[in-house]
Amino acid sequence: MLAAALIVFREVIEAGLIVGIVLAATRGVPGRGRMVAGGIAGGVLGALLLAGFAQQIAALFEGSGAELFNAAVLLAAVVMLTWHTVWMARHGRAMAQSLRAVGARIAAGERPPAALAVVIGLAVLREGSEVVLFLYGVLAGSGAPAMNVALGGVLGLAAGAAVAALIYAGLLAIPVARLFAATNTLITLLAAGMAAQAVAFLQQGGLAQVWQAPLWDTSSMLAESSLVGRLLHTLIGYTEQPNGLQLVVWLATIAVIWALAQAFGGGASAGRHVATPGTGQRA
Amino acid sequence: MPRHALLLALALTGAPTLAVAAPLELVIEGRAFTPAELRVKAGEPIELRVVNRDATAEEFESSALKVEKVVAGHSEAMVRIRPLKPGHYKFVGEYHEDTAHGVIIAE
Repeated sequence: MLAAALIVFREVIEAGLIVGIVLAATRGVPGRGRMVAGGIAGGVLGALLLAGFAQQIAALFEGSGAELFNAAVLLAAVVMLTWHTVWMARHGRAMAQSLRAVGARIAAGERPPAALAVVIGLAVLREGSEVVLFLYGVLAGSGAPAMNVALGGVLGLAAGAAVAALIYAGLLAIPVARLFAATNTLITLLAAGMAAQAVAFLQQGGLAQVWQAPLWDTSSMLAESSLVGRLLHTLIGYTEQPNGLQLVVWLATIAVIWALAQAFGGGASAGRHVATPGTGQRA
Repeated sequence: MPRHALLLALALTGAPTLAVAAPLELVIEGRAFTPAELRVKAGEPIELRVVNRDATAEEFESSALKVEKVVAGHSEAMVRIRPLKPGHYKFVGEYHEDTAHGVIIAE
């Protein structure tokens, strides 16, 4: 049971982190509960479907179907995260202000796009399908008591949810004026890490096979399979042996998101300014 | 006809010239890898056919090789690995890490 719990937890932890960050990043947005729940529900549904068709997908593109699918899902998430960050650069200041003003309502036109709901859905989809495959395999084949495995799965899920709650609570401790600057930084790093991970999947799938030699190896300092290694893998894209293309893409993602936020935010990045009351508040 | 027969004979006996081009094969059975130790030539890309004979799914994972790939029960998957420098590269079956592990030795 514990083994099952641990494996499910390891798969769920990435989605848990993402949900926690998104919840903090959308603080004060009306209807965000529905948005997040919708993302999770869509992700779970997709994960079940994906697990059901795993073999067919894997067989596509000369056996590289799973890799290309993973890369596509990751890159779609990167686009959504970029979109959100750019939107926040435009509207974040006003949002931080209306959060502080008692009873202030965010105007309908300033509602952030549902991009982050899609990000949650994609994260749950990717990790969830592996959980489903694992649990299904155990239940179908090994003769392990089904009740134990199911209990382990639930335990692992609960632990993943706890991670989401923890990071959410931690981020909420940040004053509102700084919250969105913090979540924007987190989201930018999250996106860069996902882009680098997508590179690894593309290369595993036989594409973009350039600059593949590892640049360095920090496995003796921090193993990627350890808990901290896994957390950092999701949060900033930590990997023991990054290769040249991964590093370039990681840096490029950060540069592009930053440049877009600057361009669309008119130089004032979200939430970083302590604005005087009354200014920038849109009706 | 004789030419075909010769080729067939070569294929069946697994003559060295043909064996080099074929992908390496790794079998998962009883939640363990066979062989647990694979020797490959350094500096050449590798194709590894992972055949899962168990009913349970397995995830072939190695951070050193930069590979993570789920192989469903009773199925197989192709794993592509970059040209390796000489050395030892460990891999595990993530779903059964206590029994499923092995190493690729590039030389």
